[in-house]
Amino acid sequence: MSDKPAVACSGLSCVFMGGVSALQDVSFRLPAGGLTAIIGPSGCGKTTLLRIAAGLERATSGSIQFLREDGSTQPLRAGRLTVCFQEARLLPWRTVIDNVALPLELAGVDRRQRRARADAVIQAAGLDGTQRRLPAQLSGGMRMRVALARTLVTNPAVLLLDEPCSSVDEFTRMQLDEEIRRVWQVSGATTLLVTHSVSEAVFLADSIIIMKRAQVHCTHVVSLAQGNRDRTTLEFSREVEQVMRALAHAAGVVTR
Amino acid sequence: MNRAAQNIRAVVAPVVAVLVILAGWQAAVIATGVSPFLLPRPTVIAETMWQSRALLFDATLRTATAALAGFAIASAVGVIAGSLIAALPILRRSLYPLATILQMVPLVAVAPLLVIWFGFGLPTAIAASAVVAVFPVLASTIDGLRSVDPGLREIFALAHASPWTRWRKLDLPASVPAIVTGLRIAAGLAVIGAIVGEFVSGYGGSHAPLGIVVMTAMREARTDLVFGAVALCASVGFFLFGVVSTLGWLLARRWHPSAQDEMEIRK
Ligand SMILES: Nc1ncnc2c1ncn2[C@@H]1O[C@H](COP(=O)(O)OP(=O)(O)O)[C@@H](O)[C@H]1O
Ligand SMILES: [Mg+2]
Repeated sequence: MSDKPAVACSGLSCVFMGGVSALQDVSFRLPAGGLTAIIGPSGCGKTTLLRIAAGLERATSGSIQFLREDGSTQPLRAGRLTVCFQEARLLPWRTVIDNVALPLELAGVDRRQRRARADAVIQAAGLDGTQRRLPAQLSGGMRMRVALARTLVTNPAVLLLDEPCSSVDEFTRMQLDEEIRRVWQVSGATTLLVTHSVSEAVFLADSIIIMKRAQVHCTHVVSLAQGNRDRTTLEFSREVEQVMRALAHAAGVVTR
Repeated sequence: MNRAAQNIRAVVAPVVAVLVILAGWQAAVIATGVSPFLLPRPTVIAETMWQSRALLFDATLRTATAALAGFAIASAVGVIAGSLIAALPILRRSLYPLATILQMVPLVAVAPLLVIWFGFGLPTAIAASAVVAVFPVLASTIDGLRSVDPGLREIFALAHASPWTRWRKLDLPASVPAIVTGLRIAAGLAVIGAIVGEFVSGYGGSHAPLGIVVMTAMREARTDLVFGAVALCASVGFFLFGVVSTLGWLLARRWHPSAQDEMEIRK
């Protein structure tokens, strides 16, 4: 997995016009090929962080960069980076296969090749049979799967996921979590997952960054082995409990 | 009710309405004995149209050519200029208000100017047609382009797509429903513009377009022929509108939720 680069975020701050300070001196590391979750209350700057990483927003100061093994850095935008947003963001007039193939199309891959690749990704995602459907003909969960398939099609080195499960029900969320894990493992990408859900973070992440009002509150390393995580076990519940405790502390809520 | 039955209803209802109105008209003229100079009977108009069919056919073809050419120019200019205005903030601030003001200038007042520029004949009719038809295309293009989902634009930004690529693969397709709406309005206006152009440019002689046939028939006090020519003017407009609506629907149906249901069923 270490052919993928690590990511270093150092001293990142972002002040929006109008004076809202969305990020204040945020620093962390994403280990190469790992899955790191960010969790925190809404408005604490998670999306802003992800957008700066993707180059869609500018930091006021600080940086988020690839970290090479020799210690040199490189802007994230220069590498293969993909984002899966909170919404699926599919082109409504394009079929599933043409939506999934879009990043390849924009990269100049010829039609036959990109369709073959998109088709393979779609089949692997369990979406076989939907290739020629339009997004409006799919459920919300299915659309999200298509969006995930689209991030996978370019074989990304860095994968940024912004609450991909926030608009689906609990049942669909569990299924999507399995899919996210698969996407992460197949791509081997260094992954950052923004989420609202503690159990989702514990289910998927190697470590969890807990944010509080524009700052990193603490980082929790998940002690459960990857590939052996079951939401119904006691160990899982204990892990969730620990993260909950840290969250409560961040929120200033008193716990027993 | 299925779609086919709905479509049949949509056609039958107005046809019946027209027939009823024509019958009422005929009856009213006979009952009141009003002079045929003021209001000829529909049957007389039909007879005149048949007798002058060679003249009217020729005239209709000419007017339709002018309207179609004007519409085509307006569509191309409207979409291209609209795209430029939507893409470049400088143009949006400077040209768009100007275009809005220019739109207020009545065509009838501008038409003589077009004669000066384009001479007596078809080019003036085409120009007049294009001038009135361009604005709805321009406005709807700008509208469509400016309401493209910013979230989708970010997908293209992440892929480092050029503005040209984004225009082709995102902005323009996303604006299709809006542009089609503009084109439908433009279709009706293009015919009006062509006829106004014919009025002022007074071309024809033995090959007169409908606008000139109307004027000549009026001077010769042939009210039945005036009515016949006017009916054909309307049918040119109706035809163009129908073609644009159908093509627009075919083009935009992927964008339309109801069409998507239909595609779903067909699978
Ligand atoms: N483009 C923007 N302009 C001004 N303020 C913004 C902008 N985007 C986000 N914010 C503000 O920055 C803060 C963090 O927002 P965001 O990163 O979206 O939070 P989260 O994703 O954690 O819910 C919020 O207070 C939000 O209102
Ligand atoms: Mg957010």
